[in-house]
Amino acid sequence: MGNKTDVWQGTLALMVLKTLEAMGPIHGYGIARRIEQTSGNLLSLNYGTLYPALLKLEQEGFVASEWGLSENNRKAKFYKLTRAGRKQLEREARDWEQATVIIGRFLSPAEEA
Amino acid sequence: MRKLRALWMRIGGLFRFRGADGEFSAELESHVAMHVEDGMRAGLSEEEARRQAMIRLGGLEQTKIAYRERQGLPWFETLWQDARFGLRMLVKSPGFTVVAVLTLALGIGANTALFSVVNGVLLNPLPYPHADELVTVHASKQNFSEGSISYLNFRDWQRDNKTLEALAVSRGTGYSLTGMGDAEEIRAELVTSDFFPLLGVKPVMGRLFAPHEDEVGREPLVMISEGFWKRKFGSRPDAVGRLLTLDGRDYTIVGVVPVNFDLQINNFRASDIYVPIGQFRNPALNYRAAGLGIHGIARLKPGVTLEQAQADMKQVSERLEQIYPEADQGIRAKLVPFKYEMVRNVKPLLLILMGAVGFVLLIACVNIANLLLVRSNARAQEFAVRSALGAGRVRLVRQLLTESLMLSLLGGALGLAIASWGTKLLLRLLPEKLPRVADVHVSGAVLCFTLAVSLGAGTLFGLMPALRIFKQNLQDALKEGSRSATGSRQRVQSWLVVFQMATTLVLLAGAGLMIRSLMKLSEVDTGFQTRGVLTFGLQPTPTMINQGPDAERAYLREANARIAAIPGVDAVSFSWAALPMLSDDEDLFWLDGEAKPQNQAGMHWAIRYIVEPGYLPAMGIRLRKGRFLAASDDEHAQRAVVIDEVFARKFFGNADPIGKQIHLEQYDDPATVVGVVGHVNQWGLDNDAVNPLRAEIYQAMMQLPEQQLRLTMMGMDTVVHSRYNAEATFNSIQSAVAQMNHEQVVYNPESMEAAIAYTLTGRRFTMILLATFAGAALLLASIGLYGVISYLVAQHAREIGVRMALGADRRDVFRWVLVRGGKLAVFGAVAGVLAALALTQVIARFSSLLYGVHAYDPWTMAGVTLVMMVVALAACYLPARRAMEIDPMQVLRTE
Repeated sequence: MGNKTDVWQGTLALMVLKTLEAMGPIHGYGIARRIEQTSGNLLSLNYGTLYPALLKLEQEGFVASEWGLSENNRKAKFYKLTRAGRKQLEREARDWEQATVIIGRFLSPAEEA
Repeated sequence: MRKLRALWMRIGGLFRFRGADGEFSAELESHVAMHVEDGMRAGLSEEEARRQAMIRLGGLEQTKIAYRERQGLPWFETLWQDARFGLRMLVKSPGFTVVAVLTLALGIGANTALFSVVNGVLLNPLPYPHADELVTVHASKQNFSEGSISYLNFRDWQRDNKTLEALAVSRGTGYSLTGMGDAEEIRAELVTSDFFPLLGVKPVMGRLFAPHEDEVGREPLVMISEGFWKRKFGSRPDAVGRLLTLDGRDYTIVGVVPVNFDLQINNFRASDIYVPIGQFRNPALNYRAAGLGIHGIARLKPGVTLEQAQADMKQVSERLEQIYPEADQGIRAKLVPFKYEMVRNVKPLLLILMGAVGFVLLIACVNIANLLLVRSNARAQEFAVRSALGAGRVRLVRQLLTESLMLSLLGGALGLAIASWGTKLLLRLLPEKLPRVADVHVSGAVLCFTLAVSLGAGTLFGLMPALRIFKQNLQDALKEGSRSATGSRQRVQSWLVVFQMATTLVLLAGAGLMIRSLMKLSEVDTGFQTRGVLTFGLQPTPTMINQGPDAERAYLREANARIAAIPGVDAVSFSWAALPMLSDDEDLFWLDGEAKPQNQAGMHWAIRYIVEPGYLPAMGIRLRKGRFLAASDDEHAQRAVVIDEVFARKFFGNADPIGKQIHLEQYDDPATVVGVVGHVNQWGLDNDAVNPLRAEIYQAMMQLPEQQLRLTMMGMDTVVHSRYNAEATFNSIQSAVAQMNHEQVVYNPESMEAAIAYTLTGRRFTMILLATFAGAALLLASIGLYGVISYLVAQHAREIGVRMALGADRRDVFRWVLVRGGKLAVFGAVAGVLAALALTQVIARFSSLLYGVHAYDPWTMAGVTLVMMVVALAACYLPARRAMEIDPMQVLRTE
């Protein structure tokens, strides 16, 4: 557990959107588990921070929510991506990739030469 | 867009967070349950699984709070909480709330009322297109920096300038209107064709004067005002094209001027009729040296500055001076911005009053700050408890500020109501001639001002108690229980009272100086009696015009005799040219023995009164030497003049002036001085002494040359002294004159007393308002002092009780309290006198409101200091009595 990284500021929303795109409608607990799994358990996510982030995305119209039943027949709130959310995901993913490329060049300039 | 949507949803969240709270609880519950199930599946006990789930979640409540903060607008919720709590606090102490709100409402109301006047008069733009291009035009000359322009110069200025889009002139006059019911004197303005177009005025009906129609010798035309159109023609369109008989001559109506047209500058008055200046039947219209009361307005070409236009007009006038060295010597065009011309008389007065009323509000704020300080002491424990429970200092300060802002906004709302009433009262009190009165109302700008003042006041008096929270160790209050440390606050309160006293003294000094000025002015010797003197205009019947000098003199004698025969009338005189306080006129002359000067610039000037023998008794002027003009000084006699003592001293020194001869510019024959009379105050009570032109000369009306005698038939002034009141006298004069002839008109009656009072209205207005403000300030400051001293007595009740128990005299206690209060008042007085010395200098420098007193007038300063000390000691009296009546036994028992 010692080597886990905290979620960087601003990236949680992108992870949530990507998760929703991959998984389809899913509840908050599922999103949290999925993010942890995808990160190969390298990321330490405080589950409690997920819900205000989801609320923010919902207020901005990127996700929608409704009550449904979980795999174990438990009542849970399911979130899904809206069309605006899909576009936002594309935009943010592109930005993020660009940012990583730039940072990557700084960190290993030898490849450039 | 997204941000906006989110904000909107959060605002929505404000109103439904209770239901949503339940929903989120359910969501969290299901989250935890799923987590626990997973944990148990992995082989944990249920208890351990739940513990793990909670750790990973980061706490149920914390998550809920984070969620809720995202859901609504937390700062707004805090504000709402503070406001509700504040309201409860205000309702809990209704006495404090009512006093504070009323004090503020009066302060803010007075400020708003005065600001709405300042806004309307000084700040609002003028109601003309491109008003910043408008200027007024005068001729500056010897003795007059803004004198009137001669018609010929005007025409040359108009033609020669390169910087003016248009230049127009106007001149007031009067006509007797006949053929439409009773003969009637109506006010008129002679104007040039450019006059209305320059101002952007559009006729309601018909047309304006066309170019060249204003020239001499053109067909007589007239424009009428909308009011006159309604009154005389029932607003019928066929009025245009009809004839008006003015002074016995027919003028064709060409158009109607809108009802709201007015210029509000000194040399123009909105009138019933407007006539092209070319119709002015004064032969002097063609004298280049004669100003004739003509003044101009002009519009600068776009992009031309005032300085450029002024320089251009200077060149133009200098060229004319070279061409006409005799008439135009020293005459220069002078441009004054329109707005400045309108407001220059009232600007300093309004700004001084605005400053004064601001001080009153400041004093009111200090009072409330003091009350809040006392309250915050009572609430020290409350704050200590709240801070112990985790409220941050910023949060507490915010709470206090919210409360004080609520007070000030309540005060502001009530103040607005007071202001809308107060503005009307102000306008009624204001000098009649205040320009732009129609522009004064509670507008958007005024509302913004009120809001800003309310918020500013609330912050100001709320900050003082709030700042203490930062300085004070709140926990001390808990330890000490109800008796908290009082030293530092007592000091703050004392300084606030000193500040109040000082500010009040400044206001008192201002009011005191105004009162002293008015007293000095009422003592000014005008040189004539004011009681019982009535002046009015008389316009002989139009048929008298051009009847020849003999008929005109016969008419004057008959009219004079008829008015003199009216019961109660002691003396009567017609007057033409100057009349003290009401109108002025000058004559040029040279002394016997001097060579005839080349031009007017080489001559001497005197104020010219053309009167009849009855003038001396009617006005009650003192005869110093020789005799006044007599009935025998007529057309057949030698030319006689009477001079005043200023004339005598200036031109004859110690020599006896009787029998000396002078040469008046307009006559070929010399005039002999037959008498010397006392000086008469021509220019108003306050500035006669400083006017460069003070020498006065009296000439007999019967000795006027033919040309000028004819002008008297177009209207002259009459001065009457009567034992009866002005109104009754004027009524009998009206009927006596009507008996003589139905077509002549008497008009515009004005008693000398009213004329003098009128010259003082601006000062009286300032004095009343300053005195009111100073009184309000004194009341507030004494309440403040009373409060602080009462508080002091309450705080020291134990100490006083103990001292009395140990044998202190009750009178010592009484004295002790008075000394404490008196000390504050003395500090305040010293600071106040120093501040007043500086601020009254400002009044003296930037306005002409002070008369006969220095800005540092020691009597005023001593007087107002005394008044303030007496009031201050009176304010301390009650608390001192209370201190004296403390029962030592009771105090010791409660100990």
